[in-house]
Amino acid sequence: MTNAILLDKKDNVATCTTAATAGDAIKILGGGEIICREDIPIWHKVALKKIAKGDKIFKYGEIIGEASSDILAGGWVSHENIFSVPRDYASEMI
Amino acid sequence: MNFWGYKRADGRAGIRNHVLILPTCACGSETARIVASQVRGAVNIIFNTGCSDVQANTDMSQKILTGFACNPNVFGVVIIGLGCETVPHAKLRDKIKSMTSKPVVSFGIQEEGGTLKTIEKAVRAARDLAAEAGLQQKELCDISELLLGIECGGSDATSGIASNPAVGELSDKLVDLGASTLMSESIEWIGGEHVLAKRAATPELHNKIIRICADYEAHLKAAGQDCRAGQPTPGNKFGGLSTIDEKSLGCIRKGGTRPIVEVLEQATRPTRRGAIVMDTAGYDISSITSMVAAGCNAIIFTTGRGTPTGNAIVPVLKVTANAQTYSWMEDNIDVDLSGIIAGELTIADAGDLLLKKIHDVCNGRLTKAEAYGFSDIAVDHVCRFV
Repeated sequence: MTNAILLDKKDNVATCTTAATAGDAIKILGGGEIICREDIPIWHKVALKKIAKGDKIFKYGEIIGEASSDILAGGWVSHENIFSVPRDYASEMI
Repeated sequence: MNFWGYKRADGRAGIRNHVLILPTCACGSETARIVASQVRGAVNIIFNTGCSDVQANTDMSQKILTGFACNPNVFGVVIIGLGCETVPHAKLRDKIKSMTSKPVVSFGIQEEGGTLKTIEKAVRAARDLAAEAGLQQKELCDISELLLGIECGGSDATSGIASNPAVGELSDKLVDLGASTLMSESIEWIGGEHVLAKRAATPELHNKIIRICADYEAHLKAAGQDCRAGQPTPGNKFGGLSTIDEKSLGCIRKGGTRPIVEVLEQATRPTRRGAIVMDTAGYDISSITSMVAAGCNAIIFTTGRGTPTGNAIVPVLKVTANAQTYSWMEDNIDVDLSGIIAGELTIADAGDLLLKKIHDVCNGRLTKAEAYGFSDIAVDHVCRFV
């Protein structure tokens, strides 16, 4: 059994604490289970649901980037398929 | 809580009692190294700036040199200059003397007639300072005299999930005991700056945190550069961190949850006690250099992928929550926090463990990098040498 950690209920990715092989059932610490669709290295992220190109990626309950291509539920989320969105600093001022 | 430290005339407390051999510029660095190698109790740094610089770079170099000399872990200073650098040894010596009452002497290589003559005089001076330093007794100091630098480097996904929250817990405990903690690496606030800014004690400090990130990006853009090209690093990506935002949201957790009472410019001494942040590069060695110049007397450093780094003046205690990294690089890592990932160690217990480890370091226990005599340094730069 492979494990992954879900950090926030809002998140659509979890962090694998062991390497996962396609077909593995990944047990999510924080809730649920998902079938791994491709090999995922240790400490990398698994998509918990289908993520479409342009969708936001959530970890720690915050946005960590945007998908540059469609990602399957159980797919590998990495720097190859997500990217950082420029900040809007002016809107953050109080 | 108390620790056994060296009380300085300015009221601060050192946890080490080094004689610092301080070059004014790159040209004095090798001579300084040889002088330090001849005297037990002396440490040196290699300095890569100090000449042929625009004013802003000179200002940064001077903040680092004077900050190092004034650091409470330093008993006294032997300056080694060349003679034609931007700020020559006598001028640097006078500047340091105006900032601290500790003993400071200086020599110039051109003035003395070469390296060997300089080494002879500087070794005698360093020997005398080291002899005197040996007489200074440790005294009980209140933990409020601790200014702990909080750093991360070679991060992977375990850093944000486990070791950084554990250090955040340590930071909260120290602040509650009256001590101060200093988190830097403002490039690694980007993407999480809105979360970090919520900890600011005032609206002014909130906006200062946001502005630092905006200004950093604008500064790089003016030179045609983008921080997202260098952050995350290749090692971070290999370790599961995909964007700067993901890295930052993990990084900022090492600062804990207490209100941020001061937001500092790089390499500046704090004026407040409590949780403090400082604007520095995300390059860990450069960030530590600025924290030492700001007066940190100890540094805790989280890593995922493993790093050997150490500083000549301030002990660097390295911790990881990556079990494989700890077992593979145990020679470089002081504390194993992998029990957090394994579900065997709570973040609260890890905070208690780190408090004990840092307390030991304050009382004189050597960190691994310190025992090896490591002396890494990187002075931040505004633009090219001239």
